[in-house]
Amino acid sequence: MEPFVTLTAPAVPLDIANIDTDQLLPARFLKKPRSAGYGNFLFHDERKPGFPLDDPAYAGARVLVSDRNFGCGSSREGAVYALVDGGFRCVVAPSFGDIFAANAAKNGLLTITLPEDAVATLRRQLQEAPGASVTVDLPAQTLTGPDGRALTFAIDLFKKECLVEGLDDVALTLRHQDAIDAFDRTDGAARPWVVPGA
Amino acid sequence: MTSQPRSLFEKVWDAHVVATRPDGQALLAIDRHFLHEGSFHAFGMIDHAGRKVRRPELTFAVADHYVPSHSRSRPIADPEIANMVTMLEANAGRHGLRHFGLHDPAQGIVHVLAPEQGLTLPGLTIVCGDSHTSTHGAFGALAFGIGATEVSHVLATQTLWQRRPRTMRITVDGVLGPHVTAKDLILAVIAAIGADGAAGHVIEYAGSAIRALSMEGRLTVCNMSIEAGARAGMIAPDDTTFSWIEGRHYAPKGALFDRAVEHWRTLPSDDGAVFDREVTLDAADIAPAVTWGTSPETAVPVTAAVPDPGAEADPVRAGQMRKMLDYMGLAPGMALEDVPIDRVFIGSCTNARLEDLRAAAEVLRGRRAVVPGLVVPGSVPVRRQAEAEGLDRVFIDAGLEWGEPGCSMCVGINGDLVPAGERCASTTNRNFPGRQGPNARTHLMSPAMAAAAAATGRLTDVRKLDVRKLGAS
Repeated sequence: MEPFVTLTAPAVPLDIANIDTDQLLPARFLKKPRSAGYGNFLFHDERKPGFPLDDPAYAGARVLVSDRNFGCGSSREGAVYALVDGGFRCVVAPSFGDIFAANAAKNGLLTITLPEDAVATLRRQLQEAPGASVTVDLPAQTLTGPDGRALTFAIDLFKKECLVEGLDDVALTLRHQDAIDAFDRTDGAARPWVVPGA
Repeated sequence: MTSQPRSLFEKVWDAHVVATRPDGQALLAIDRHFLHEGSFHAFGMIDHAGRKVRRPELTFAVADHYVPSHSRSRPIADPEIANMVTMLEANAGRHGLRHFGLHDPAQGIVHVLAPEQGLTLPGLTIVCGDSHTSTHGAFGALAFGIGATEVSHVLATQTLWQRRPRTMRITVDGVLGPHVTAKDLILAVIAAIGADGAAGHVIEYAGSAIRALSMEGRLTVCNMSIEAGARAGMIAPDDTTFSWIEGRHYAPKGALFDRAVEHWRTLPSDDGAVFDREVTLDAADIAPAVTWGTSPETAVPVTAAVPDPGAEADPVRAGQMRKMLDYMGLAPGMALEDVPIDRVFIGSCTNARLEDLRAAAEVLRGRRAVVPGLVVPGSVPVRRQAEAEGLDRVFIDAGLEWGEPGCSMCVGINGDLVPAGERCASTTNRNFPGRQGPNARTHLMSPAMAAAAAATGRLTDVRKLDVRKLGAS
């Protein structure tokens, strides 16, 4: 996974609440291998005239600024593959679908949660100055908008560490192998019905 | 000795923490891992890393998303779809996993099959690469959906890193009215708290209206927790739960069952357990519901009118409402009961269990559907039992199709699609744009309401039809 430290890039605003993972990646593309180029499937059925991602003014955007409940719905990690393969490294929204946010972190896509009014202001600035850049500094946990104001965001420390270092967490988990083995032994004796019979 | 009162969620969580990091992340042991055809990315990841499945005996593969709803005697025509079904079988075979394939007598939607086979038990941690895994919380399990990378992590380690979610208790007291079902209850909850109202939380559903629900109803409620943004939904196990489990294929038997029940009785939330948020609803206020927009949070009583964006003060929200109305082809102020529909779909992990099919058949008995429709039972055992009760004849005589078990038209990836521009009365869980097919329009509702819509060709308040109980003369 590509580490995420800092990023300065154009951002595209998307004034839509509840963008679900079916919109990000329509279900019929779920059977495609990653090598098929998931970037081509991103928002596939939303690509109508006037859709901001197709506006040349926002070409080269690597940050998406949207509205509440971004990435709700299906757990499909392909929705994250579509964003990442489509060039995005960061999504900013007032809230995210929990599963989407977890999937994003596993693939080097940073999700930044900010208050609803701050995100609305950011979207308005990007609409007024299409193609403007924002700067994300993950170690400092700041997002600097087109107006030069730095907004501080909160992030889970574990998630931050995995993103900054590009870590594979199976390798991290296997450091706890002894604890897992011990749990299995103790729990197997205490709750023997957990392993299915029949 | 006194100890802090704990909630159902806290008891299940605490019992599964293997290790904790200083930053608060917990390594959680996983008791059940369910897989469907979408797991191919995750198998690719562990195969690429040369890792094995740590606990094959806790891991179950189920073909449901891509299986055909029609004629299983012939091979699947679309080679890409056929490949999804055979790839699951191959991955399960290579790693020594129990696989419920296309022709298995227990096959069905994973969230219908697992409870039915006694794989879902109280107090377990259950994950699956599917957001509707929240369904299994109906048994007092902690069950949630995960993505492909997390699936590969669970395959390799039988654990998952998680930050402890916050807790929310939703209490619904009172008695649901006639033809008001678990589906209407959960739609009312989502409308009340919003599609992200429970983000970062695990919901516990409590109160007399929840206690009175059958296991089927509880499964429907917990299933749609994810549509309120919840990490999971849970209901305390009780005698309704235990008697459902007893005797099922994989459930503990004899003395082991008794020992398990003794443990399960300790799981319900203690008196005085504290929740981060409390929400209460009165069951008497809940009406048969339909959605008007492209988010489940747009559920309203069927007797309501399409809302007016002009009355919305926030211009961004008003714009979003207009976009939804435009997609749905609806005008503000229109009575929902005047909205004509083009087809119905009765099925999905939300509403394809026996009780659901009985409720739909009760409405359709002696009636003809005036629009086409598809009824897809949740599993082979549900299908068999429905046929034994003659429910299939009720649907076929009404002019609907009777399908083979699977996810079918809820997600549309087996080829069952709502044609572009058509309006579908659907018992599924998501009315997102394009969910049932590009430009398909979905109205979510209960099985009885979908059956009523089939009979009249428009959104219909089932309470206004003369419906007799099956078996009554």
